[in-house]
Amino acid sequence: MAYSDKVVDHYNNPRNVGSLDKKDQSVGTGLVGAPECGDVMKLQIKINPETQIIEDAKFKTFGCGSAIASSSLATEWLKGRTVDDALAIKNTAIVKELNLPPVKIHCSVLAEDAIRAAVRDYQNKQAEPKKAEEAAGNA
Amino acid sequence: MALKLPIYMDYHATTPCDPRVFEAMRPYFTEIFGNAASRNHQFGWEAEEAVETARKQAADLISASPKEIVFTSGATESDNLAIKGVADMYYERGDHIITAVTEHKAVLDSCKKLEKRGFKVTYLPVGSDGLISPDDVKNAITDKTILVTIMMANNEIGVIQPISAIGKVCKEKGVIFHTDATQAIGKIPFNVNDLNVDLASFSGHKIYGPKGVGGLYVRRKNPRVVLVPMMDGGGHERGMRSGTLNVTGIVGLGKACELAKSEMPTENERVFALREKLRKGIMDEIPDVYLNGHLTERLPGNLNMSFAYVEGESLLMGMNDIAVSSGSACTSASLEPSYVLKALGVGEELAHSSIRFGLGRFNTEEEVDYTIGRVNEAVNRLRELSPLWEMVQEGIDLSKVQWAGE
Repeated sequence: MAYSDKVVDHYNNPRNVGSLDKKDQSVGTGLVGAPECGDVMKLQIKINPETQIIEDAKFKTFGCGSAIASSSLATEWLKGRTVDDALAIKNTAIVKELNLPPVKIHCSVLAEDAIRAAVRDYQNKQAEPKKAEEAAGNA
Repeated sequence: MALKLPIYMDYHATTPCDPRVFEAMRPYFTEIFGNAASRNHQFGWEAEEAVETARKQAADLISASPKEIVFTSGATESDNLAIKGVADMYYERGDHIITAVTEHKAVLDSCKKLEKRGFKVTYLPVGSDGLISPDDVKNAITDKTILVTIMMANNEIGVIQPISAIGKVCKEKGVIFHTDATQAIGKIPFNVNDLNVDLASFSGHKIYGPKGVGGLYVRRKNPRVVLVPMMDGGGHERGMRSGTLNVTGIVGLGKACELAKSEMPTENERVFALREKLRKGIMDEIPDVYLNGHLTERLPGNLNMSFAYVEGESLLMGMNDIAVSSGSACTSASLEPSYVLKALGVGEELAHSSIRFGLGRFNTEEEVDYTIGRVNEAVNRLRELSPLWEMVQEGIDLSKVQWAGE
């Protein structure tokens, strides 16, 4: 099976590889997949609390070329979006952009899952201090 | 000599036709085109003579008699003919067949088909080194067992089974013994009598011959093995395989067998040295690399390794000027990683990270040096990309992580 030019490009020149500080309150981390399944994606977003805009996105992926390309593309699309807009990214758009064949659709699904997991982690972090404050206020 | 890219290092999948084989075949396309079954003219006689020469060349390679060689379209057909042919011939004696979990699909699926017809099949496990114990074979044999089929050398991990000992067990128990020797015959010494085999499958294109031709060794004495044919027709090949003989292909197979026999000692030494150079070069330079299968009971040209924290298909992509194969699910249509590696107890994660190198006749030391460099480069790059590698560097035990499939 030949890879599309876009997959090859993302594989050879992956965008936004790296890690953000997962303890940072403004960083959301999504870790999805499992080594036994042959795919693990870690996707991180850094959000400006004032504007709710994603200022930075980083990824690391263990997986095939299509999995690497899907997560690399996701980080490109995430930067500059609001959190709500991030959740609007669908796996079908990734499939279309990268020309993924049917057997590789699960890679795009995993990338969408990673986005959702990262956003959820960020939202949980925002909720937790509030809960902590509320708890302190009630005491 | 300048390095020519891409490099072919997938000799278990197929091999190029040796130019000497091709030259031997050349006249049989257009000049000597007769039907070997035409008994009443020169064209037929010449074709028949060529086939009989090839039959002797194939027989000599495995110390058999030419009359014991049945030409087929390849090893898959040979496996099917051996297994189903024995089942159909000897079903009145018993309904039990013994094989192993790491066999080629041509054997496993033939056995599965027979199971559907009511035969009982025992699939023996293998050790973590990929080897089968002859005692396991002995213990599995019942008074209903009519066939044991165990491959000689595995196509993925290259391990060489103790065929002689298994053959001895079968002989003592009076059970027919077939070996799928597709990766072995022509690559390592093979003597049907020393190995106690009754049936042996082999192929042309794995030994620098053409595709579309292979053979089955069928013992004629002690015991005399008879097979029910799968292909009915003109009664060619002692009635075991009807169909006009592929004279050109058979000539090529014969020549390939002759070359394999005369060149095996020097070729094996050379290929083994290249394999060891590759193995050491990779293992000395890259941490967390694991060899799959027994180190020494192995084909000289086979190297199967897992590169932890790197997925196999992405690794193939990173060294795309070297043709190798992977046990990763992503390289197969089934999305399942290699069943052979799983049978060895290699974890699924490491099965996804496996690469098979198959070295052969035309590989050079320069190619091995280049490959070591490319593997090193690709693994390092992909580990920098790998969240698993990062977690391990942070001291996280991956086996304790609760993985969310989301």
